[in-house]
Amino acid sequence: MDNNKLLEIKNLVVQYESDDSVVHAVNGVNLSFRSGETVGLVGETGAGKTTIARSILRILPSPQAEVVSGEILFEGEDLLKLSEKEMRKIRGNKIAMIFQDPMTALNPIERVGDQIAEAISLHNRVTPAEAEERAIKMLEMVGIPGSRYSEYPHQFSGGMKQRVVIAMALACKPELLLADEPTTALDVTIQAQVLELMKALKKQLNSCVLMITHDLGVVASICDSVAVIYAGEIVEYGSLADIFDYASHPYTKGLFASLPKLNSKERRLKPIKGLMPDPTNLPKGCSFCERCGYAKDICREKKPETIEMSPGHYVKCFLIEEVQNG
Amino acid sequence: MADLLEVVDLKKYFKTGSGMLHAVDGVNFSIEEGKTLGVVGESGCGKSTLGRTILHLLDSTGGRIFFEGKDVTNPSKRELGRLRKEMQIIFQDPFSSLNPRMSVSEAIKYPLKVAGGMSSAEMQKQAEKLMDVVGLASRYANAYPHELDGGRRQRIGIARALALNPKFIVCDEPVSALDVSIQAQVLNLMLDLQEERKLTYMFVTHDLSVVKYISDDILVMYLGEVVEKAPSDELFANTLHPYSKALLSAIPVPDIHNITPVIPLRGEITSPIDPKPGCRFMARCPYADEACKKKQKLRELYPGHFVSCCKCEAINSTAN
Amino acid sequence: MSKKRDRKSNTGIGAVWHRLKKNKLAVVGLIIVIALLLTSVLAPWIAPYSYDEQDASSSLVGPCKEHLLGTDKLGRDILSRLIYGSQQSLKIGLLAVAMAACIGIIIGSIAGFYGGIVDNILMRILDVYQCIPMMLMCIALAAALGAGVINTIIAIGVCTAPGYARLLRATILTVRDKEYVEAARAVNASDFSIIMTQVVPNAISPLIVEITMSIGGAILFVAMLSFLGLGIQPPTPEWGAMLSEGRSYMREHSSLVLFPGICIMISVLAFNLLGDGLRDALDPRLKN
Repeated sequence: MDNNKLLEIKNLVVQYESDDSVVHAVNGVNLSFRSGETVGLVGETGAGKTTIARSILRILPSPQAEVVSGEILFEGEDLLKLSEKEMRKIRGNKIAMIFQDPMTALNPIERVGDQIAEAISLHNRVTPAEAEERAIKMLEMVGIPGSRYSEYPHQFSGGMKQRVVIAMALACKPELLLADEPTTALDVTIQAQVLELMKALKKQLNSCVLMITHDLGVVASICDSVAVIYAGEIVEYGSLADIFDYASHPYTKGLFASLPKLNSKERRLKPIKGLMPDPTNLPKGCSFCERCGYAKDICREKKPETIEMSPGHYVKCFLIEEVQNG
Repeated sequence: MADLLEVVDLKKYFKTGSGMLHAVDGVNFSIEEGKTLGVVGESGCGKSTLGRTILHLLDSTGGRIFFEGKDVTNPSKRELGRLRKEMQIIFQDPFSSLNPRMSVSEAIKYPLKVAGGMSSAEMQKQAEKLMDVVGLASRYANAYPHELDGGRRQRIGIARALALNPKFIVCDEPVSALDVSIQAQVLNLMLDLQEERKLTYMFVTHDLSVVKYISDDILVMYLGEVVEKAPSDELFANTLHPYSKALLSAIPVPDIHNITPVIPLRGEITSPIDPKPGCRFMARCPYADEACKKKQKLRELYPGHFVSCCKCEAINSTAN
Repeated sequence: MSKKRDRKSNTGIGAVWHRLKKNKLAVVGLIIVIALLLTSVLAPWIAPYSYDEQDASSSLVGPCKEHLLGTDKLGRDILSRLIYGSQQSLKIGLLAVAMAACIGIIIGSIAGFYGGIVDNILMRILDVYQCIPMMLMCIALAAALGAGVINTIIAIGVCTAPGYARLLRATILTVRDKEYVEAARAVNASDFSIIMTQVVPNAISPLIVEITMSIGGAILFVAMLSFLGLGIQPPTPEWGAMLSEGRSYMREHSSLVLFPGICIMISVLAFNLLGDGLRDALDPRLKN
């Protein structure tokens, strides 16, 4: 194990409790990030992507959600063991998050510049004037003229708002940025602008980014490595090339097959049959076995182990060889 | 084949506090029976308004609508009743498009009940048949929408649209709220239904990869106007309008070897309220100059390929 | 937000009952309400005496064996009068609220659904209407129409209807633009059918809560009107009227005002508790 890992998630298990059932949202996730790396976390609705990000920041809805076990090591320190006071120093400072909906992430009755300045003065000993100056710099960095400092969120368009949210998240130069579907609510041309901006800023600040998305296209354009999550488990992890050229898990393969491609002439897609299993009642064996075309008895009986197929390419499946041959 | 639907110079304006919002501004197109017309554009370009105006869910401000060769722009109450059996709509959001207080079979039976002329046993039978057609197991008949996932809910929406046996369906972003694997299931279902029932679709979406896959012809809209119109393959092979080009280049492609450079667009969509006469894309267009301030017309540059840009020839000759 | 798919809104009657059951106070409220209803229905059988049976020999006795809660100045048994009094209080409370709800639903759904000028006219009329203090209005109506059960119902019903209309209009505004309403229009459903099947069922929950809560209010209002002599006329027993009658003997015979007061308090409290519980049960988002 190399020790330049910025964040390491070990065997994370998170559950939500409702009246009469337990939702198994995250089931033993292992993930690690190096500084300056962009990791894509890809999966469907309800796969547990957002829960992982929220667990890192410890902003899970309480009391329903509970981290049952696991460790989240940030610079060698377990975030889950920190006091709330210590955690507050990290939140927004060393680790920041961008939410999916820019409309709700901003306070509608506060000037956007002030919102950024507030984030700065919360974690840094600066005078109000300095905070304002830095806030203007942040706005300009994301391509918004500093003169719009005193405007209110409703005066900005969706794309501009998301830029403000990004500026706010980056204001304290976080080492880790959790981006939860930051472009899903935006139009394609605006999405392209925001993705370009995130790429440029990441280079500039050398932050590590966890990019949560369901869009493999976004992953291809911005990430260095990819984790594919299904029913709260990472089923495949590898570099961009590992996943896009040598997808090995049947689920990953299925995802690619169900995408309509711009350059193909096929008249029918190949969807993955069936639905995600009920997170309150997961199958005993591999959670994908119900939908898998290769599934055998062993898949229904036992949970597969994670196997390292090639250096850095991990797959959680019993039947890798068969899947690869057919 | 004959045109099932023809729309001539259709306009829909909304009155707002600060002026007239030109949501749909002089749109022309026709759809052949059994074909799919894709309508693409970003939020606020008027694509959803266009669909709703054709269905008479909104009153048009100007222009004509022909259905099966008949002028149906201002239908009488009886005509409208007949028309609404022929034209249906599938919505984007499988959450808000279903009444949370109606069970699956009630939702599917509702159009039949409104149309009348069926006993409740017949309606029940018909609802069961429709559920089977869209691939919903009969055990869900008494389930409520909140108990089902997005894909199944969208299937209810499709069954409801099919209940009156329409010829033409406006599909307003029917798969954009669904996960990819479910999206593929629903798209396949829609294609199957089209083949079986000779349905004609108007497929409204912002997702170009989906539209290419499902459409025969594509209409690209920008701020209420059609900027480019062409057969699907032609549009993707030979994109002419600078906006369509930028839109195409902006789609993130799930392929790491074929990453095309994004054509950057300055700024954001300008306001559709009381627009100036010239090209509406001008403010964001890298090629814009004085000539663009004149009103743009849709011109047929190649057979079947229309574009509304006065600089098209110049742009495309330098590019090649 | 991902996950928790199964925890999304649960709006079926079964689910509402399931959630209501967990709220102990609401269950207490419900039990009291049911008990009150039973008492009023079974009054002739459970009351030890008739409500107007006078016993001149034992006027103004305190609680004793024959008269558990004592008697009034005419020697009538207070317990029996309280039991019969529940008939009047509940009847007027429920009918007045039902009447208010009918008017409110009609005005509210028309204003909310059609919007525009219809909405404007209806709401301005209600504005004017609501400028008049409710109590004054009630008293004026009761005075103009004359005292009596029916007139009391009308007075209270007319006075509380605008509140319902406003509430329903507000919730309908949020439901009106939902896509399922558009879908119903796309199949050529009539406005009436759309309002009845699509709009009102989805906008009614807050109104149900409001109605339950205001039954308590209506009972108070009946008591108030009767107390002022504008409501129920003697010898018909009514809690407010009993309170009024007992007022003169309050010092020496406190039970004359104490027991009717307790009855009013308990029944109002019960409806309010039930309404509060219903609010939580009908709105799954408030659930923790």
